Amino acid sequence: MIRGPYVRPVGRYSWWLSQPRYIRYMLREVSAAFIGAYILMLIVGLLRLSQGPAAYESYLTAVLSSAGVAFGLITFVFAVYHSLTWFRVTPKAMPLRMRGKAVPPAIIVGAHWLGWAVASLLILLWVAV
Amino acid sequence: MATSNKPLVWAVFAAGGTLAAFVLPAIIFSLTLGVVLGWIPPEALAYERAIAGMQSPLAKLAAFAVIVPILWHAAHRLRITAHDLGVYADGLVMLICYGIAALGTIATLVALLGL
Amino acid sequence: MRETIHQLEVLRYDPETDTAPHFQTYAVTCQEDWVVLDAINYVKENLDRTLSYRWSCHMAVCGSCGMVVNGEPVLSCHAFVRDYPEKIRVEPLANFPIERDLVVAIDDFVEKLTSVKPYIISAEERPVESGENLQSPEQLAVFKQYADCINCLLCYSACPQYALNDSFIGPAALALAHRYNLDSRDEGRSARADVVASNPGIWECSFVGACSEVCPKDVDPAAAIQQTKIASTVDYFMRFLMPWRKQ
Repeated sequence: MIRGPYVRPVGRYSWWLSQPRYIRYMLREVSAAFIGAYILMLIVGLLRLSQGPAAYESYLTAVLSSAGVAFGLITFVFAVYHSLTWFRVTPKAMPLRMRGKAVPPAIIVGAHWLGWAVASLLILLWVAV
Repeated sequence: MATSNKPLVWAVFAAGGTLAAFVLPAIIFSLTLGVVLGWIPPEALAYERAIAGMQSPLAKLAAFAVIVPILWHAAHRLRITAHDLGVYADGLVMLICYGIAALGTIATLVALLGL
Repeated sequence: MRETIHQLEVLRYDPETDTAPHFQTYAVTCQEDWVVLDAINYVKENLDRTLSYRWSCHMAVCGSCGMVVNGEPVLSCHAFVRDYPEKIRVEPLANFPIERDLVVAIDDFVEKLTSVKPYIISAEERPVESGENLQSPEQLAVFKQYADCINCLLCYSACPQYALNDSFIGPAALALAHRYNLDSRDEGRSARADVVASNPGIWECSFVGACSEVCPKDVDPAAAIQQTKIASTVDYFMRFLMPWRKQ
């Protein structure tokens, strides 16, 4: 028998466009670009805060400008997507067993959602009140 | 095969990812969107209040503990994403991603100690 | 029984005459209860005896008939024709070289599977006289899911990291390594770590999760790999914190 295996090419730059699940994966990964940029923006905010009222006020004006709000909105959507995808796979990475039985993944995810809600509420209250 | 040093960055990636999942949407909402929507009064972000709130050692510690792991989380994920998008110069990508994260970490320290 | 006519577009490749694969279409009248494998068997028996493909059990346990049907890796014995449109495109599993038609060369996988030592390793040899190596149902339940793998390779076909990097050990082999690491009778975790915890091992995985989505046996290789990442990270830091502790 003659062997001459044929290797099909893989699109180095475009493979992730070939299936919806790969696109969803890429959206999850790209969240890091926005999250990283937002964190850098927060660091700039802390630096400006340490430089006095005038520096801080101009920073605040930039953050609340239409461009700043648009960036905040996009990052917010990506951050929520990150949270949802992260908690969804937590039971896979850290399965729990109690009394010899696996804890249903839905309970682990639910517990994380609860913690997420509580943490979010505390942050909102800390900033607002 | 050689033992991988990936656990070093992966541990921070995982910690930062978990932190981001719990706190980041609320942080973004309260510092940007909530103000625009009127849920958060603009005075809440005023200089006097911000500096008073951030000067407590506990707040500084919390800010550091939130900012730094999430920054490294993003840096590590972007390094992997660069490879996914066909950029195979991992050494250079690593230098850029982790370099920015390292600078950001120093900047955070400088800012928090200067408050 | 209801009958439907399907256009079966099958990827053909003959290493003796072809320089590249091409599609060949067969019109097949299918019974309502047919799976894709039945349609392919019909082609082989009635239309074209040159068609090559692998299959054996026709009941989703042997793991030989994995193919990509309309873009999705499936067991062709487990995919009902009635669930597909008129056109059914059948290709060999992705990410493996095509040997001939729907048959792929799986040498790379077999080599990787062997490299993770997928068998029980005891620290000291157990003579037959020592009796059974007992395990409770609870201890079995810890890894049972990962023992259900039938090596059908749908997960490798779905994994983009395996597609991009030949050296990646891949989902099924890493899931099987995890299965033995979790086994109460096994003492081979550090022996496996050399391959499993290396860069081409678990660290090449970016948790796309496609492997688990296509797995016909709910093995969930992605979960196995993430759990191994956590365990390996703990190992890594333990070596610095407690260097005297035996691996």
